[in-house]
Amino acid sequence: MIRLSNVHKAFGNNHVLRGVDLHIPKGESMVIIGGSGTGKSVTLKAILGLVTPDVGTITVADKDISKGDRDALLSRFGMLFQGGALFDSLTVWQNVAFRLTQTGMDKARARDIAIEKLRRVGLKPDVADRFPAELSGGMQKRVGLARAIAANPEIIFFDEPTTGLDPIMAGVINDLIREIVVEMGATAMTITHDMSSVRAIADRVAMLHDGVIKWTGTVVEMDSTQDPHVDQFIHGRSTGPIEAVR
Amino acid sequence: MTAFLASIGRATLAILASIGAVTLFAGQTVGHMLRPPFYWREFISACMTIGYFSLPVVGLTALFTGGALALQIYAGGARFNAEAVVPSIVAIGMVRELGPVLGGLMVAARVASSIAAEIGTMKVTEQIDALVTLSTNPMKYLTVPRVLAATLTVPVLVLVGDIIGIMGGYLVGVSRLGFNPAAYLQNTVDFLEFWDVASGLVKGAVFGFIIALMGCYFGMRSGRGAQGVGRATKAAVVAASVMILAANYLLTELFFSA
Ligand SMILES: Nc1ncnc2c1ncn2[C@@H]1O[C@H](COP(=O)(O)OP(=O)(O)OP(=O)(O)O)[C@@H](O)[C@H]1O
Ligand SMILES: [Mg+2]
Repeated sequence: MIRLSNVHKAFGNNHVLRGVDLHIPKGESMVIIGGSGTGKSVTLKAILGLVTPDVGTITVADKDISKGDRDALLSRFGMLFQGGALFDSLTVWQNVAFRLTQTGMDKARARDIAIEKLRRVGLKPDVADRFPAELSGGMQKRVGLARAIAANPEIIFFDEPTTGLDPIMAGVINDLIREIVVEMGATAMTITHDMSSVRAIADRVAMLHDGVIKWTGTVVEMDSTQDPHVDQFIHGRSTGPIEAVR
Repeated sequence: MTAFLASIGRATLAILASIGAVTLFAGQTVGHMLRPPFYWREFISACMTIGYFSLPVVGLTALFTGGALALQIYAGGARFNAEAVVPSIVAIGMVRELGPVLGGLMVAARVASSIAAEIGTMKVTEQIDALVTLSTNPMKYLTVPRVLAATLTVPVLVLVGDIIGIMGGYLVGVSRLGFNPAAYLQNTVDFLEFWDVASGLVKGAVFGFIIALMGCYFGMRSGRGAQGVGRATKAAVVAASVMILAANYLLTELFFSA
């Protein structure tokens, strides 16, 4: 479904991606792990065309994303941004229903759908008319999640969906992501640092390090791998091939 | 020496590059204005924040400027026994020059900064990226409504400013300088020509366009973090103010140098 080939991206002297190769088959849930600042978020943004790679190609359903109708392509995607990226000038339900109302759905119906999506991320209907600035960080994150899934996209990206949530809410969100993949057959890419999330969500795991995908495999393979990078990462050791200062 | 020349060269190139970038941005804005979709809700809310809420600032500026103008012209006119010109010069000075320019500068301070800060914050917090992923063009959704609203509402502000400014002159003229109220007004009306007022409104429209365009341009290009937004805000106000003064000169040259 999504294929990255030899993707490079530098910001000035900072060579973030140095040849990323990754394939995500349709209907699979891929989790990307890797140290802070290694370019996980940049990778997702590159697939969405928000960041243009310097070198390399990215295809979605065998079509090069840099060519053709971008809006048509993006209408198949849902994205939860790491910081939520809610529109401060709109209320919570207007945020969630943004794509629906933009495509001409009538207000009452869009609002009902928004409230239903909010319920699925564990938020009560009374937050619908509040503004994002009035919510806690974790609540904002969940509104962002509701917005990402509102239009039932085929492909969903979650950038750290459970950071800032309590363990119970994190569990709810993990289940939700799993459900979306299994029931709706969506293709998902999730970035997370939370190993319990990885285990709950992932069909496959990919580890990004030094600008390349160092390792990919299933969760079971992840637990038994000899790869020193993965081993250090999943056990949270401060010593190993991944430097603690970067 | 070569280093000095090189630095001048670099600065010149940088200025040319930004003129090019701003022109391109303006062209894109106009291009998007002409193609659907058009976001009415955003447009109306922009009219409110840019136009309606700028009324007090513009009104006060005009009031005091009109009053001071009357005092100055009276003092200057007294040197050659021409105190009687106060009403007509106040009116002409207000509608042709001070109304649009001072109004434009005040709106620039108020609106260019707030647009740049708002859009800059949206950029920094990835809201602009979020718009794109939700298949909404930020130029159409953010820039077009604001630029159009400013282009249409600043002339109205200028008109209101003209009237209040003339009233300021009138109040000072009547209460402090001993003019006959009816004669003052008669004098004002007799001397003002349609084009005096209309030229000021055209200036207002151009200034409005510049103000919102600069706010959006610098907001969209905001660097990362709070510092980036701060810089964008400052740059927007400075650029809008300088461009207003430059455009004012060019328009005055165009309209009135026969
Ligand atoms: N727009 C940008 N301009 C300049 N540098 C950027 C930009 N976006 C990302 N970077 C840089 O790219 C690198 C990777 O950033 P990215 O956000 O992808 O990290 P990440 O892997 O998601 O980290 P984290 O787990 O902390 O979110 C960082 O060094 C960051 O400073
Ligand atoms: Mg990130």
